[in-house]
Amino acid sequence: MDLKDKLISSFMAFENNVDVEHPVHDVRMAAIKNFEEKGFPSKKEEAWKYTSLNSIQKIDFSIFPKKENALEYKDVKRYFIHEIDTYKIVFVDGIYSSYLSETTHDGVDICLMSAALTKPMYKPVIDVYFNKVASKDESLTSLNTAFSREGAYIYIPKNKMPKKPIEILHFSTGNEASLLLQPRNLIVVEENAEVQIIERHQSLTSNEVLTNAVTEIFAAKSAIVDFYKIQNDVESASLIDNTYIDQKDKSLVKVHTFSFGGKLTRNNLNFYQNGEYIDSTMKGVTILGEKQHVDHHTLVHHIEPNCESHQDYKGIYGDASTGVFNGKIIVDKIAQKTNAFQQNNNILISDKASINTKPQLEIFADDVKCSHGCTIGQLDEDALFYLQSRGIPQKEARALLMYAFANNVLSSVRIPELKIRINKLIAEKLGVNLGFDL
Amino acid sequence: MLKIKDLHANVEDKEILKGINLEVKAGEVHAIMGPNGSGKSTLASVIAGNENFEVTKGSIELSGEDLEDVSPEERAHKGVFLSFQYPVEIPGVSVTNFMKTAINESRKAKGLEDMPAKDMLKLIREKSELLEIDRKFLSRSLNEGFSGGEKKRNEIFQMAMLEPKVAILDETDSGLDIDALRIVASGVNKLKSKDNAVILITHYQRLLEYIVPDYVHVLHNGKIVKSGGKELALELEEKGYDWLKQETAV
Repeated sequence: MDLKDKLISSFMAFENNVDVEHPVHDVRMAAIKNFEEKGFPSKKEEAWKYTSLNSIQKIDFSIFPKKENALEYKDVKRYFIHEIDTYKIVFVDGIYSSYLSETTHDGVDICLMSAALTKPMYKPVIDVYFNKVASKDESLTSLNTAFSREGAYIYIPKNKMPKKPIEILHFSTGNEASLLLQPRNLIVVEENAEVQIIERHQSLTSNEVLTNAVTEIFAAKSAIVDFYKIQNDVESASLIDNTYIDQKDKSLVKVHTFSFGGKLTRNNLNFYQNGEYIDSTMKGVTILGEKQHVDHHTLVHHIEPNCESHQDYKGIYGDASTGVFNGKIIVDKIAQKTNAFQQNNNILISDKASINTKPQLEIFADDVKCSHGCTIGQLDEDALFYLQSRGIPQKEARALLMYAFANNVLSSVRIPELKIRINKLIAEKLGVNLGFDL
Repeated sequence: MLKIKDLHANVEDKEILKGINLEVKAGEVHAIMGPNGSGKSTLASVIAGNENFEVTKGSIELSGEDLEDVSPEERAHKGVFLSFQYPVEIPGVSVTNFMKTAINESRKAKGLEDMPAKDMLKLIREKSELLEIDRKFLSRSLNEGFSGGEKKRNEIFQMAMLEPKVAILDETDSGLDIDALRIVASGVNKLKSKDNAVILITHYQRLLEYIVPDYVHVLHNGKIVKSGGKELALELEEKGYDWLKQETAV
């Protein structure tokens, strides 16, 4: 049985374990129908031209983990930003781990989707927000919606800010030979509220894992959201991340995506600016080697006037790794005075590495500032000579220049300990070991 | 200390240096002057080992050792230093971290352990005071957003840290106001000793009022066409370079 058929036939088993009377179940049923019609995207579709899911579909994934697997904190501590105190929502093989988590209901709700989808007290929020910005058309998003049951639920009421950043961690233990995970996150940040979130998917063995995640973020008027995605998984782990962001007047949302690992990673990052004076920022650092593949698909839809968007993605590709950057900007006719900036710079350090980069601008307003630029290059020879002339060997000098190139994106990271962590990861990936006190 | 014999060098098949002969002994200061395009910066780059230039003939010796096929980093470890006319910006790497890296790489090449952090800090403090460099400056990204003067001062700070045998200062005076020039020149003068040598590459005589050379050479069309004492610089300042061109044409 191929994966699509297996998923569709599993839906009935899934229904035995959820409340089919809940209004959300109508949403799930519509979603499985859409997935059944469309199936997995193929390379014939423009949006999937450079990323093939063929080999993934041949894997016989377990769709529901058989049992809860315990992890000791000491074994996974290094995947947390343990230098600082954080709220933690942790899943092990897709099942919530209360032992590793630290949730709260103290003025804000930092807890679980499974609770939000079943308990009456959350129903008003679920009714208004669940599946409201996520695509009802895109097949993998529908697949996630159909099986949506667990994930992170974060609700920050008006004028509130949690005392500390929130970490969302998904571990897979490898107890299943191959596992499909479909976390579903809902993040609602009300007027003038603020939140910082760090998300990571981490497989602990070399067994196959495929994560098809959907995150919906709603930023109300003047809300501030910082979302950091750390993608540094093992070579047998693949991730399809679908993030949908709805922004209202004067809200400020920044998403940083750090892609340093995994077998296949697809980021679908979609911003919808439903208000004025909105700022949307997307930053990315991608450092790949071996046969890794990362595909960044961004969309910013400027729906109202006087908004800004900023995109800055840097990529370093070694060995036979491949990258894709496709940045789509839509400026509606009414969205005058839009400022939309997009930058994608890449360095290829191996003849076998490749990057496909494509800006896609659809501008229907006439009074807008849009700029885009993409570069694919090698390292600056003058800079290399400068470092060598100070006694730094060529290999280290190259690494140092790449480090500087990638590091440039980090200025907007607002959690210092996270910035240090990412700096170290970048240095490690590039083999820079230069006695830095990072 | 530095012996250059009949040095010819090309860039992309175009011959820039056409037979340079120069000997610089320990304790000496040499100035190399000449009009734009005469090959001054090329000479500096070739001595430092820039691989964009191809040495087609002749040799460069440092303390009796031929530098042919010696990489730029190895030349640095052996004591060659080039102060760049246009220092390169390296975002994300602080001046301090950069210097630590450079010093420890050089120590590693000599089979020494990394310099202990305490000694490193002391050295950095000492040398930054010499060039009147603010502490805050040292934690900024290397050359990023530096003014022209700050870049040049930072170059000489690096020279102070690395203590080279032969320091080549390429147009170090360009872009400096008079105060910055004085600080930079006084730094160089304090670093001068009987065991090292300085080569000043400059278009103007101004720098030579502050760092007094023992010898002045005039480079023109890839060759040294005239050498003399410090008074030659004054002569050039007065007459410009045109008379030299005529003289050599004859």
